[in-house]
Amino acid sequence: MAVTLLTTVTVIAMLAKESFVFFSEVSIVDFLMGTEWHPLLVPQSFGVLPLVFGTMTIVIGSVLIALPCGLMVAVYLSEYTSAKGRKFLKPSLEILAGIPTIVYGYFALTFITPIIKSIYPDAEVFNGLSGSIVVAVMILPMISSLCDDAFRSVPSHLKQGAFAVGANTFEVVSQILIPASKTRIGAAVILAVSRAIGETMAVTLAAGATPKMGLQFLESIQTMTAYIVQVSLGDTPQGGIEYQSSFAVGALLFLMTLVMNLIGHQLVFKKGKYDS
Amino acid sequence: MTLKQKRIFLDKIFSYFCRITTYASILILFLLLFHIVKAGASWLDWQLITSFPSRHASKAGIKSGLFGSLYLVAVTIIFSVPIGIGTAIYLQEYAKKNKITQLIKLNISNLAGMPSIIYGLIGLAIFVRFLGFDRSLLAGGLTLALLILPVIIIASQEALAAVPRSLRDAAYALGARQWQVVIFQVLPAALPGIMTGIILAVSRSIGETAPLIIIGALSYAAFIPNGVMDSFTALPIQIYNWASRPQQEFQELAAGGILVLLILLFVLNGIAVFIRQRYQRFS
Repeated sequence: MAVTLLTTVTVIAMLAKESFVFFSEVSIVDFLMGTEWHPLLVPQSFGVLPLVFGTMTIVIGSVLIALPCGLMVAVYLSEYTSAKGRKFLKPSLEILAGIPTIVYGYFALTFITPIIKSIYPDAEVFNGLSGSIVVAVMILPMISSLCDDAFRSVPSHLKQGAFAVGANTFEVVSQILIPASKTRIGAAVILAVSRAIGETMAVTLAAGATPKMGLQFLESIQTMTAYIVQVSLGDTPQGGIEYQSSFAVGALLFLMTLVMNLIGHQLVFKKGKYDS
Repeated sequence: MTLKQKRIFLDKIFSYFCRITTYASILILFLLLFHIVKAGASWLDWQLITSFPSRHASKAGIKSGLFGSLYLVAVTIIFSVPIGIGTAIYLQEYAKKNKITQLIKLNISNLAGMPSIIYGLIGLAIFVRFLGFDRSLLAGGLTLALLILPVIIIASQEALAAVPRSLRDAAYALGARQWQVVIFQVLPAALPGIMTGIILAVSRSIGETAPLIIIGALSYAAFIPNGVMDSFTALPIQIYNWASRPQQEFQELAAGGILVLLILLFVLNGIAVFIRQRYQRFS
């Protein structure tokens, strides 16, 4: 038990210590507000915003795809399919969630990117869209499973009441189920966003290594996680500013996911209006 | 269109959309498997498994990666399983239900949601640099152990919680002490659930790539590690290395490696499902 607490303490202490070293050389304002990120060129510049934009590209793209799809899958699972259909569909979705992210990266690079290039010939080999699509596939099972749980916990008398006054399934879903479980849908989205922020290998392989400001879907971008991998592959010496910078980026990443997870878990366990 | 027709139409369209989306996501799974099998099947042979990586795609294999991954799993299990089960037993059976226990549970679920790359950074700072394990199997195994520890704890806790009250009460009624109840009654009854959780956690650790890259596992190694302090490579890293090369041959080789990885994962998951269905009495 002590180990788990120790882990958290060590995580925070280590990230704080290494980032402290970094921030003694680069001011924290320049880091958070800077719009230029080229740590490997001289003169070095450590403005983290391009990396944050890279991560946001993936997050926004993947959630825009995965949220509507995940909701519809959840509706299908909870309202339309038979018990037998559920028995086949749920494990299949779990398999989708269990495939290692490196495999998704490979899939994005060798399957999705060529399709994107055939539709948009100007798209670069590494692009934000390809990364967003695979991350969407990765977070879809999570969204659909959490929303499915939420729909099934809505008391049946609400649904029965609506059906009794002549509503059809679409109306029940859009006017009863979704409003009644909106907190938990929100929680699902937040947890999915947190997962997308931390996603590493797929975006490293598919989305490229070119930090850019703004949301670029057809160009090569670089996420925060991809930068950390890039530094590690570059075999940087300990104590070098690049080595420290990966910890500073990691600390920012940790803070972002921590806040998301805390809010998400609060919402999942929050007693909704209709929970008994 | 009258209102009634419009309503019926919307309902129909919606149900089709839901159905199509659901089957499309299953289709993606099959598409992914098909794509990888198509690219990698011709490379999947005995030579792939028994050769070391090479600059020539035709001679290259995953021997060092495969053995690296297996050794890594062994180290990971040795460190994470006893601590994980111990923590779960403490939290579920002994801990008082107070603020501190609550805080620890929240902490564990947060650790479970922390991105794996952060574990890599921690492994790099603590095991590789601070404790001086260098880029060894030990450092890699410890990093992965930290990564799957929360998953094991949560799964074990659920398994322990599922053991019915009556079983404990019966043992207490016969005069058993708490440790006797836990060791001889609760733990055996919860074991299938715990095993399933451990297997799933381990299969997650096999596919992890990012933390190993961060702690500096080798991307090219033509040897099998001799001890826990040796440097190593792992199967997913080998795959990443090949997949990031532009040549077609190496891309296909990566698909071959992925096939081996997926087969390994499917076998493990199959065992987990088997244990769950065959031995689980309580859930």
